[in-house]
Amino acid sequence: MVSVMFPLVLQAAETSRRGKRLIGPIDLSLEGHGVTVVIGPNGAGKTTLLRLMHGTARLNKGSVQWACDTAKAREAQAFVFQRPVMLRRTVRENLMYPLRLKGARKTDAHARAETAARAVGLEDFLERSAVVLSGGEQQKLAIARALITKPALVFLDEPTSSLDGRATRDIEGILQEAKAAGTRLIMSTHDMGQARRIADDVVFLVNGSVGEQDAASTFFDSPKTEQARAFLRGDIIA
Amino acid sequence: MVVTLDAELLDIALRSLRVTLTALVIACAIALPLAAMLAVRRYRWRRATIAVLNALMGLPPVVVGLIVYILLSRSGPLGALGLLFTPTAMIIAQVIIIVPLIASIAHQSLRDLWAEYHDLLISMNVTQSQKVRTLLWDARRALLTAALAGFGRGIGEVGAIMIVGGNIDNVTRVLTTAIALETGKGQFALALALGFILIALAISVNLIIHWMGQTEQESRW
Repeated sequence: MVSVMFPLVLQAAETSRRGKRLIGPIDLSLEGHGVTVVIGPNGAGKTTLLRLMHGTARLNKGSVQWACDTAKAREAQAFVFQRPVMLRRTVRENLMYPLRLKGARKTDAHARAETAARAVGLEDFLERSAVVLSGGEQQKLAIARALITKPALVFLDEPTSSLDGRATRDIEGILQEAKAAGTRLIMSTHDMGQARRIADDVVFLVNGSVGEQDAASTFFDSPKTEQARAFLRGDIIA
Repeated sequence: MVVTLDAELLDIALRSLRVTLTALVIACAIALPLAAMLAVRRYRWRRATIAVLNALMGLPPVVVGLIVYILLSRSGPLGALGLLFTPTAMIIAQVIIIVPLIASIAHQSLRDLWAEYHDLLISMNVTQSQKVRTLLWDARRALLTAALAGFGRGIGEVGAIMIVGGNIDNVTRVLTTAIALETGKGQFALALALGFILIALAISVNLIIHWMGQTEQESRW
């Protein structure tokens, strides 16, 4: 499916709310492999860009074009939020939910939930309420729930922003496995160490526009713009 | 009469339960999906609808009784159905009285849950009916409170069911109308005893529903 969906092309894409421009105009083209990491200072529009690509933020100007039909592309995507949203159900039922939405049989969904929970180390919590899990466990569950339907593409909005080092390492491991399984990942992060560890290419956003887009190694070793250099140095950029 | 569980008394108590529980089931079937739709759908008159629904919580039962009476009376538009002075008429009146109450209380819980779930369900491409079903299922324990409030209002109702039921012995007499009758006759002891039975019935049903719903068993559920 990934090869059918991509490239994803944004042309002069713009999102506004109550007349105020949130991001754009954005011109961007993403290919169908690896991990794209969206970085930039607070308020640069990272979350809005992910939502715009996913189709949950309103496009006011320009276009967001998938290589296939947009509805089909939406079907093959999942989104993981910065603050994991837990259904008020057990861990197992949270995992079964997207499968049941897609018409999976209960017994099949039941078994697949166990496999998914094992993959993220939550097999001992299957019958526990999801809302009483720790932040790291909830984010693992959110990622497992996003991956359980085997989507071609997963958007992750700063999935480790409120987690400690160990939970972050676990989640990066899960993401690396998903990538190895062929899942296309597009994520935003504030953590430059994480971006260096897992990014194949980087989109650097400043003030709602793309400041730079490049392969991760090129971006981190020799950024082209002064703003990117300043950002990587840790300077505060306006 | 009360101590020996007189057959007539038992009949009145069971009729009270039957009428109110039937009305409650029908009212929940209307009010809960309505509350969920109001939580998830955005349309022009949504806020006005919610305001009207909240206002209808204070609907005077006597007026409801009068309107149902007019509709069901022989010369009324539904007179041909012959429902006036039957338990069905009492159920209709109770449904009208408790639907706004249940819908209003349920809407508040479902609105909060929708705010929590909104982004997730939108990102999952969930249809409107799936959203409604998800909210109703996940908020089921909170919705029990709404249903219990409806039950409380229904079981204690007297004005409307007196008008549309007529308080006919062995047909439409329920605990509340029997209390009103006995009080009118000056039989205060019997009226009080019936009152205690009514309270016991209301508490028992509440406890049973709480037990069945396992409310308060899990934190934050």
